[in-house]
Amino acid sequence: MSTEAQELKNGGFWSRARDSDIWFSFRKSKVTIVAAIVTALIFLSALFAPLIAPHNPFDLATLSLLDSLTPPVWEEGGDPRFLLGTDDQGRDILSTILYGSRISLAVGIASVLFAAILGISLGLLAGYVGGRTDSIIMRIADVQLTFPAILIALLIDGSVRSVLGGIDREQSAFYVLVVSIGLSFWVQYARTVRSSTLVEKNKEYVQAARLIGLHPIKIMARHVLPNVMGPVLVIATINLALAIITEATLSFLGVGIPPTQPSLGTMIRIGNDFLFSGEWWITMFPGIALAVLVLAVNLLGDWLRDALNPRLR
Amino acid sequence: MLGFIIRRLIQSVVVMLVVSLIAFVMFRFIGDPVDQMVGLETTLEERAQLREQLGLNDPLPVQFWNFVSKAAQGDLGISYQFKQPVSQMIGERLPATLELSFVSAVFALVAGIPMGVFTALRRESILSKIFLTVSLIGISLPTFLIGILLIFVFAVNLQWLPSFGRGEVVDLGWWSTGFLTVSGLKALILPSITLGLFQMTLIMRLVRSEMLEVLRTDFIKFARARGLKDRAVHFGHALKNTLVPVITITGLQLGSIIAFAIITETVFQWPGMGLLFLQAVQNVDIPIMSAYLLMIAFLFVVINLIVDMLYVVVDPRIRLGGNKA
Repeated sequence: MSTEAQELKNGGFWSRARDSDIWFSFRKSKVTIVAAIVTALIFLSALFAPLIAPHNPFDLATLSLLDSLTPPVWEEGGDPRFLLGTDDQGRDILSTILYGSRISLAVGIASVLFAAILGISLGLLAGYVGGRTDSIIMRIADVQLTFPAILIALLIDGSVRSVLGGIDREQSAFYVLVVSIGLSFWVQYARTVRSSTLVEKNKEYVQAARLIGLHPIKIMARHVLPNVMGPVLVIATINLALAIITEATLSFLGVGIPPTQPSLGTMIRIGNDFLFSGEWWITMFPGIALAVLVLAVNLLGDWLRDALNPRLR
Repeated sequence: MLGFIIRRLIQSVVVMLVVSLIAFVMFRFIGDPVDQMVGLETTLEERAQLREQLGLNDPLPVQFWNFVSKAAQGDLGISYQFKQPVSQMIGERLPATLELSFVSAVFALVAGIPMGVFTALRRESILSKIFLTVSLIGISLPTFLIGILLIFVFAVNLQWLPSFGRGEVVDLGWWSTGFLTVSGLKALILPSITLGLFQMTLIMRLVRSEMLEVLRTDFIKFARARGLKDRAVHFGHALKNTLVPVITITGLQLGSIIAFAIITETVFQWPGMGLLFLQAVQNVDIPIMSAYLLMIAFLFVVINLIVDMLYVVVDPRIRLGGNKA
């Protein structure tokens, strides 16, 4: 037996991964490889922003209004200290983009997690318990599905902020965004998980678990859940791009992350006021960063959906 | 047919009731309505009087009933911020949003369907690939970014088109229209492209995939075997059979267009309902928020109802309800 075959038989993780359909379809698609590299680069540069950014845009002591509205290096009047120019407060655009994509990604990931946990729990509950619980949860889901997510996020955002009222906006903005985006995206998870739960709960292993007297919550969490997670991962990837767009949109509309520690959307909003006076770089560079990020994540999501679910191709 | 319509009507009423419950809860429990309406110098007695006047001491179900029946008669409360009746404010801004949404929908259909047909028929041509790539970018880019890009190119650099507002409008009774003046029409171009681009790419992709599907079926082969011209096969047979999903999606998207107008209206400072709603969210003007919610829900429900009925008219194969033939 050759070593390779033996390795295969032993089923080491890497050899199994190398032979999997997913890896094959990944290698086959050049677009996906590029998208993966771009996504990884953006994630890493966001993660290590404090290390690689040339300036710290949140450190007010280093900012000088004299540096404000400096154009990018290659334009007339550019300053080699600020590669992509500065905004109206003298913050270096490149550094602010690095820190900003950090916030955008954090909000995106946190709200996808929030939506997934909420949706999966409610979907499991609806599918497994059935009856009135099921119809109440799914009717709420139906009504919510009639409205676009952005509208729901705006409504929740407005309501939550007015309930919080006096609490410091800079502190709460992140959590308010995560809750409003999360609450507007849970339905998809709930519906998918519910329908696979309906299939799973009549299978023998679940009946066996029920027979030996396990608590329903334990059956749902330990037995049903692992078997309904596949499609959830795909939805989560596709939703990440949507969540990032929603965060950027809310911030652009002025109800998201405040301008003191801007996300990409907030930066675009700040720059939009300067578009007419010729300072295009304040808007355009964060815009390009956002577009590239969303496009890359979208392409990865599309590929993952096709790879895991050949019927949809 | 009648049973189907009645069933759908009942469903719609239930949806509207649920939405009005949410709107009512928002209106009643987020912030105190009395505090929002009066100034700091108002005495406790005056507050209590206002509270009684507004019916805030009634049992909750009674309050809810009053809220719904008033809303049904078009009384949606008074804006905290502007101290004007909300229904009047929305009425003034409704034409702007509806005209923008209408033009965007038309743009999405007029550009999307031919592009979809083309990409399905000439799959290998370079133009098709360009269309598909552009549509992928169109789906990925956030609406507001597209708007900003269009403003940057056509309003700031080329200075061909205005970047904000509706231009000159003509009042036709209670409806103000931008269709009748040159500046009004010019002002419509950029916002409606921004708003309709996503729907256009969606329709294009839908038409393309449906066309590809239909072109593979037997009746198309048969039509070809009968010696029909390509033109007749493609447009008379194939395109006609893609229309059911296109109608559904367009109808459903019409709702999203009206909702997404919030973003486009903000980018272009378009004086419509969306801008009003956004200002209400920023200033926590709850009566406007809940009124807008009701308004949008009503539009959505009506659109869904019409789409469901069109479905049956367009495709007689669709059997209604649960009667298993």
